[in-house]
Amino acid sequence: MSFLVPEPEAHGSGFAHQRPALEVTCVSYSYGKRKALDNVSFTVAPGSFTVLLGLNGAGKSTLYCLITRLYAPQHGRIEIFGFDVNRVPGEGLRRLGVVFQPRTLDLDLTVLQNLSYHAALHGISAREAKLRAREILKKVGLTLRQHDKTRSLSGGQMRRVEIARALLHRPQLLLLDEPTTGLDIKARADILNHVRRLAAEEGIGLLWATHLIDEAAPHDGAVILHEGRVLAVGKAHGIAAEAGAKDIRAAFETLTAATNGPQQ
Amino acid sequence: MTHGNTTLSPADAGYGLANYARCFNGIVWRELLRYWHQRERFVSALVRPLVWLFIFAAGFRSVLGVSIIPPYETYVLYEVYITPGLMAMIALFSGMQSSLSMVYDREMGNMRLLLVSPFPRWFLLTAKLAAGTAVSLAQVYAFLAVAYFWEIEPPSPWGYLTVLPALVLAGVMFGALGMLLSSLIKQLENFAGIMNFVIFPLFFASSALYPLWRIKESSPWLAYVCELNPFTHAVELIRFAFHQRINFTALLIVVVAAAGFLLAAIAAYDPSRGMLSRREGA
Repeated sequence: MSFLVPEPEAHGSGFAHQRPALEVTCVSYSYGKRKALDNVSFTVAPGSFTVLLGLNGAGKSTLYCLITRLYAPQHGRIEIFGFDVNRVPGEGLRRLGVVFQPRTLDLDLTVLQNLSYHAALHGISAREAKLRAREILKKVGLTLRQHDKTRSLSGGQMRRVEIARALLHRPQLLLLDEPTTGLDIKARADILNHVRRLAAEEGIGLLWATHLIDEAAPHDGAVILHEGRVLAVGKAHGIAAEAGAKDIRAAFETLTAATNGPQQ
Repeated sequence: MTHGNTTLSPADAGYGLANYARCFNGIVWRELLRYWHQRERFVSALVRPLVWLFIFAAGFRSVLGVSIIPPYETYVLYEVYITPGLMAMIALFSGMQSSLSMVYDREMGNMRLLLVSPFPRWFLLTAKLAAGTAVSLAQVYAFLAVAYFWEIEPPSPWGYLTVLPALVLAGVMFGALGMLLSSLIKQLENFAGIMNFVIFPLFFASSALYPLWRIKESSPWLAYVCELNPFTHAVELIRFAFHQRINFTALLIVVVAAAGFLLAAIAAYDPSRGMLSRREGA
């Protein structure tokens, strides 16, 4: 028994891999009267590393809740490789890996059990899950901890397990929401490097949400989100040049200072 | 390396039954594993009805006489009368416990992990409900095992088997009710309110502790409330099934209530209805 899947609508080209990994089109969302997102549009290309820059409360987490279909957008459309997450949520979600900002590991379970549970949620057999888990844990350097309860791991290790878990079903788009919060400098650098490699070597489209502007390198894609609105989209160095600033940090400050956001 | 995989192949499209089964098993396995880690919950779930049975029922035995009403064919001891009510109470507490765990999961972010699974949401919630029901069944049978040594047993050993479907239905009904409530509660602290406003009224305004005709003697309107209470019907369904009989009215009401609660819970967890977002705020 199999469940038929509607083909995604072609956008110019018939090749799935030429579609954006993520396409957010004119998305708005309000909590009652407070507008959290206002007409947000941007894309993430496959194999690219895109940084979603915004201060706390800019709407990053709300956007992630919409992409992962925890909420449904009130206006606009979100597509993952051409699949509308609200029309065919399963097709979008199976191509998507997420690392949420709050920790989502089951602390009473071991590293391996956490990974197996996730694999089951994606319909992967126990045997296959074990093989993949071993392979991925090796990559994130946690093979020796696989039978330990996640409670006993350090903050950086927990994050690495969460990233490993998010990759277990081999997604082609990975979302990370403030993944380095609460980590020390070394752990931050490790995770950032690891994730950059995923984009470069495995062709995974990455969206990295952060308020730490120095996590955006000049050649990364960048989206500046401020008070629910997109102020700039492009390569980080391009945004800086356009704003007449020396780097993305200066550009961010200039752009956000110049805006009067929607009424809170 | 995986770049090429972004093109859809027919084999890649959709999930088969085997995938659904794995997902279902995974959810049940995780719930049972977690339950195993909280073994004290099992003990407390067992102690509660036993306290009622050993202390409350023993004390009230001489005060309350229970006349012959169906399904009983002779006078029964008060302990015998309240046993089905206690079985339903276990299912009720168990259902509320799993709703507590869903609120906890939401606060800890585990719920997000479940809900971003590509399987349909109704399926994920139903699997979670099945896991909760399995736990509730284990608790009821553990209780019955202890009660057996207190000389409380069905007229025939088959009663242990015939009561099973009734317990499953009651477990599903209370689990679904708990799930619905979990979508309405914003935080864990509010759970104490559930005790006061859900568990106690459901339990006391029912036929669990006293037969309805007795309630009717003292207060007709209270008897009317008890008749409307789905808990009453779960108790009666279990009572009859324990005696290898079917109470069709109770069966109908329990099935309808279980389906209603489950559909409402699925609707409450549907993102387009925005219940979760409204609860969680920014």
